[in-house]
Amino acid sequence: MSNKRTMLISGNVAVALAAIDIGVDFFAGYPITPSSEIAEELSFRLPASGGKFIQMEDEIAAMAAVIGASLAGARAMTATSGPGFSLKQENIGYACMTEVPCVIVNVMRGGPSTGLPTLTSQGDVMQARWGTHGDHPIIALVPHSVQDTYFQTVNAFNFAEKYRVPVVLLLDEVIGHMNERVELPPREELNVVYRKMPDVPPEKFIPYKNTKELVNPMPPFGSGYRYHVTGLCYDETGFPTNDTAKIAKLLDRLQSKMVKFSPELEQTESNNAEDCDILLVSYGSVFRSSKTAVKIARENGKNIGIVCLTTLWPFPYETLRRLAAGKKAVIVAEQNLGMISEELMKCTTYDRVHHIGRADGEILSPPQIVDKIMEVYDAAGL
Amino acid sequence: MLLDYSKYLRNDRLPHIWCPGCGAGIILKSILRAIDKVGWKKDDTVIVSGIGCSSRAPGYMDFNTLHTTHGRALAFATGIKMYNPKLNVIVITGDGDATAIGGNHFIHASRRNINLNVILFNNYIYGMTGGQCSPTTPAGKFATTSPYGNIDPNFNISGLAAAAGASFVAKSTTYQIFQTDKYIEKSFLKDGFSLVEVMFACPTSYGRRNKIPDGVGMMEFFKDNSVPAAKAKEMKEEELKDKIVTGILVDRDYPEYTREYREKIISRAQQGQK
Repeated sequence: MSNKRTMLISGNVAVALAAIDIGVDFFAGYPITPSSEIAEELSFRLPASGGKFIQMEDEIAAMAAVIGASLAGARAMTATSGPGFSLKQENIGYACMTEVPCVIVNVMRGGPSTGLPTLTSQGDVMQARWGTHGDHPIIALVPHSVQDTYFQTVNAFNFAEKYRVPVVLLLDEVIGHMNERVELPPREELNVVYRKMPDVPPEKFIPYKNTKELVNPMPPFGSGYRYHVTGLCYDETGFPTNDTAKIAKLLDRLQSKMVKFSPELEQTESNNAEDCDILLVSYGSVFRSSKTAVKIARENGKNIGIVCLTTLWPFPYETLRRLAAGKKAVIVAEQNLGMISEELMKCTTYDRVHHIGRADGEILSPPQIVDKIMEVYDAAGL
Repeated sequence: MLLDYSKYLRNDRLPHIWCPGCGAGIILKSILRAIDKVGWKKDDTVIVSGIGCSSRAPGYMDFNTLHTTHGRALAFATGIKMYNPKLNVIVITGDGDATAIGGNHFIHASRRNINLNVILFNNYIYGMTGGQCSPTTPAGKFATTSPYGNIDPNFNISGLAAAAGASFVAKSTTYQIFQTDKYIEKSFLKDGFSLVEVMFACPTSYGRRNKIPDGVGMMEFFKDNSVPAAKAKEMKEEELKDKIVTGILVDRDYPEYTREYREKIISRAQQGQK
């Protein structure tokens, strides 16, 4: 007899429930639409489970507090939306550099600037990748349903802890606010990953070794392993250095995480993607409209395949190169003016990539995607 | 007996990067004497800093040390203390770090009255970046970005912390070093947000442009321009212009944040009360 929990909840609530289930014990945030329900839920639930919630003075401080708590041993997260995500970038870069596990939920709303606080968007997908300065690793996950949001929240924490890379969980406003029926697994069935602890005594501990594993153990402050953490370029000991050879090794190790772990991180679903004429790629809530559009197109005799991206960064270039090979065209449907379309151009020839999207806050509907599919089929002479 | 500083220092990181005549090392030693006096263990103590000359101090100190982003040390420290209130958390920051780019965090950490121990190194200038004017550069003084003399009124940092709700606020200089030791020690024992602001010499980036080009000269300046808080009360505002008012300015018992969270939030939540 399964003791699955069946309920009707929003994506934002699913994030909070998953956070509690996976043992999150620290949240720092700042109110911002359309993400505030995550902070509200956790302000209520965290103290009951022995965790800590703090509302900080701004988004910069919230990100800083999350990193501080993680260094003290917490499983830590924050939640925000576009303008707040911009403010967090400074310290997200710090977490990338110092390899502090943390999860940043960004419920995407229309931008740029204050933009459309209550309306949907997928306009932060490139900011998730390149929002902070310098070459850096980052992981970004994009769930396409409330149920998926629960599991991607679990994955986000496990990835952050395992690889010591900040993970951005990108909900669009539709996913954040939409209520759906979900079946949550019993907590004890979740696979929970913790950061590695050192297997050497404190006097032999070297915090940032350049090993083949790429990821070092991370003891919490107060555990007897005293070390230095800095946002400056550092050597294996963690102290700042200007030695270019040592700096190159550090940056190479950080960058290599994205390459080495990309296959383990990849989550790409596809249907009829091998033998179709044209491929439709989408992610997040747009995948829902895309599925309906593909059904309609197939009923009209079009042999179209569909791909859903869930791990957006590192981007599944290899998989998409393989799937795009031999296709007449690739259509990317997204709630922005062509951000991931440009990534697809790296996977096939430039002229084969078509974009359908909007950034005015209205949901990209199945009929709009169908119209685009028909237009591309006509142009391809199919 | 003199303290053996080497047991608290990362001796292999020395010599430090500070300029000749700089007073940062004087405050660093004062902090170590206070730590020794109150008996804090190295393993249980975290030292957090932001960016600037003062913020390089934790790198030389053999504790759990965190050199963060510019202005944000207090926010990182808040996360550490909130998550694990058993840790002793010291924040080393400067005048620019704490009151310009980090001003908002400074106000709110004071307001929360979270048990962080802030030692603010105030040298009137952005030294690390070569001598630009800071929020504490006195009016009329010269800096690389105030070549005609500074017109910005300067910040009363201690007054700001006191007004925002800090439990303990004291101000001193590197000249009155025994007094500084005493203030830092008292601040460590205070259960709440504490600030000890210490004026220190920057002959290279500040003094050189303002006719006090050496460390000794700046120490004399501190000696001649310090006014004890009790005496300052009897002085007129214009007499106090550019003076350094020293002493314990605030010492009060306000509810400490992590204790409040434990007693008023966690306990209620776990009893199912709202």
